[in-house]
Amino acid sequence: MADADVIPIGSGGRPGRGSGRRTTPSAAARALVGQNKKKSRSAGDEPADPSAGGRAGAPRGSASAGDDGLGVVPDVEGPELPPFDFGGLERAVRQLFGEDGERRVAEWLAFLRRRLTGEYELDEFGYDSDLTDQVLLPMLRPMVEKWFRVEVRGIENIPSDGSALIVANHSGTMPLDGLVTQVVVADHTGRPLRTLAADLVFQTPFVGELSRKGGATLANNDDAERLLRQGNLVGVWPEGFKGLGKPFAERYKLQRFGRGGFVSAAMRTGVPIVPCSIVGAEEIYPLVGNIASLARLLGVPYIPITPFFPLLGPLGLIPLPSKWLIEFGEPIRTDDFADGAADDPMLVFNVTDQVRETIQQTLYTLLMQRRSVFF
Amino acid sequence: MVTGVSRDAGARCARRLADDPSIGTVLGVDVVPPRAELGRVRFVRADIRNPVIAKVIAAEDVDTVVHTGVVATPGSAGGRSSMKEINVIGTMQLLAACQKAPGVAKLVVKSSTTVYGAGARDPAMFTEEMAPRAIHHHGLSKDAVEVEGYVRGFARRRPDVCVSTLRMANWIGPKTDSPITRYFAMPVVPTVFGFDARLQFLHEDDGVEAIHHATVNDLAGTFNLAGDGVLSLSQAIRRLGRPTLRVPSFTASSTAAAVRRARLADFSPDQISFLTYGRGVDTTRMRTEFGFEPKYSTAEAFDDFRRSLGTGAMTRVSSLLTAGLGALRG
Repeated sequence: MADADVIPIGSGGRPGRGSGRRTTPSAAARALVGQNKKKSRSAGDEPADPSAGGRAGAPRGSASAGDDGLGVVPDVEGPELPPFDFGGLERAVRQLFGEDGERRVAEWLAFLRRRLTGEYELDEFGYDSDLTDQVLLPMLRPMVEKWFRVEVRGIENIPSDGSALIVANHSGTMPLDGLVTQVVVADHTGRPLRTLAADLVFQTPFVGELSRKGGATLANNDDAERLLRQGNLVGVWPEGFKGLGKPFAERYKLQRFGRGGFVSAAMRTGVPIVPCSIVGAEEIYPLVGNIASLARLLGVPYIPITPFFPLLGPLGLIPLPSKWLIEFGEPIRTDDFADGAADDPMLVFNVTDQVRETIQQTLYTLLMQRRSVFF
Repeated sequence: MVTGVSRDAGARCARRLADDPSIGTVLGVDVVPPRAELGRVRFVRADIRNPVIAKVIAAEDVDTVVHTGVVATPGSAGGRSSMKEINVIGTMQLLAACQKAPGVAKLVVKSSTTVYGAGARDPAMFTEEMAPRAIHHHGLSKDAVEVEGYVRGFARRRPDVCVSTLRMANWIGPKTDSPITRYFAMPVVPTVFGFDARLQFLHEDDGVEAIHHATVNDLAGTFNLAGDGVLSLSQAIRRLGRPTLRVPSFTASSTAAAVRRARLADFSPDQISFLTYGRGVDTTRMRTEFGFEPKYSTAEAFDDFRRSLGTGAMTRVSSLLTAGLGALRG
């Protein structure tokens, strides 16, 4: 094969990496050289090779342990060599990804090892920051950046420290707006957005498990106040299924904002409310019908009919690539209300309406500015 | 007086109390003689389901009653009906006897966090005031709710008695033999497909210490006791290095039945829902009012338990990965 000649890239065929970073070649590098020189060397040199490979185990171990402590290196000397061709692995990795890629792959392996041994931390809500940052958010990022091409405005309205309650409109048949907002907030502020989700989410296998690990918890006042007291950014979509499952004809008309529980939670903790308007999510799955009887049978709020969904089967599950605009509005302060304001229903309703009106007006403004649904 | 001393937890609590020189006499009560060495504890063979217990309390002039006699598994009690009898009727008789005894000044009840149930609609953390969202009609969960109901009734009728109810998370540790420790000791651990429960543990030493703490101090009220932090079920099993068998939720009860028949672990339906949805309790009051600081966090308690089990099959894979890392770091 022609590929075999290209293997010693960067080292010019000499032992070591050729980067000038190290003076002693690693065992893997020696093994590599040994294999390649087989062709040119005379047969008399061959017996010296195995012992060289065996001795090289010791310097490698000591060098990498002092490197940056990514992992504890086991004793792989002499006959107890691992039953796996790590030299080949390293070669392949360097060939595929280059020097920087090697570090990335090492980080990935370290992550994988943490996952396998369970050496990671969960918070009391089951939020797994390790998994979220390494897997869940990177998986969603292409959808946010390439598919929906999300444009974010007013990110400076989210406080850089301390807690805030982000209240947004809910739409799009499937709660993709929640996931997109989560990615957007994490990428622009560097802080995780903890979302409040419906109980149906936690009854559903996999969805519930992943939501908890991604930072969601059940939407109720106890959990919301607990998250806010601990200084988190909390995202809530108070329209719930009413907003998510409304017909396409009613797009961008806000539904009732629950019972205003999010306002009383913010008032009790004295946390600012950041209104967030999301444009574009309505068009991802245009809901034109609902199989109500099947939905009742399955115990879900609705079974959607979109122009593509039951018709094209699984292909219909691909969201339409609408262009999204997300605008975070001016924070509404709740810390200057008197004590016990959270127990005043009239005041809570008023603030709820204020938040709702703000989002509705911003939605109209954004819709006016939008040139087309898809661009 | 300590009830339920023939079982491990009760025996250890009684021993711990007997080791304290400030406590005069420790009386251990149970139906069968304890297998464990009780030391300074005086064993009285009596059945708490029987009015005879009132005579024991009167004759021995008992001033403090520590009730650890709630049985968690039907297997160890000889069937579900017998378990219910011990838990509910036993508690009723015991409390009736205490109510008639003017000398009794303190009651400590070892309850469990199963009173909160487990379900998809649960808040992330239960505080002591919260009512359970998912009511169970089975097993220990139901018994614990009923026992606590009787204890509250007793506290109302005898306001002069200091009643502490300790809702403890699952005990774990090298010496604990419970459904949960047996579950983790299985070579292949079955879990419910698509769910990952949040678990909290209390180390057995902390549990015993907490009972002692409640006995020597006057701390009336209901307290959640658990180690800090949570572990998810999958994480716990990974830490053990054991392979997981994920079974769909509708086969969970038949799997539990098979496991029970194989005498590997003893599962009741409330434990299955616990291992599906998990449960977290808020321990703020344990620190502020109860004034107790567990020595082990949830993860440390689990690690201590893990050391008693030995390594599993998955550990091999992770050591391979470590070796791979070493090669990459060069």
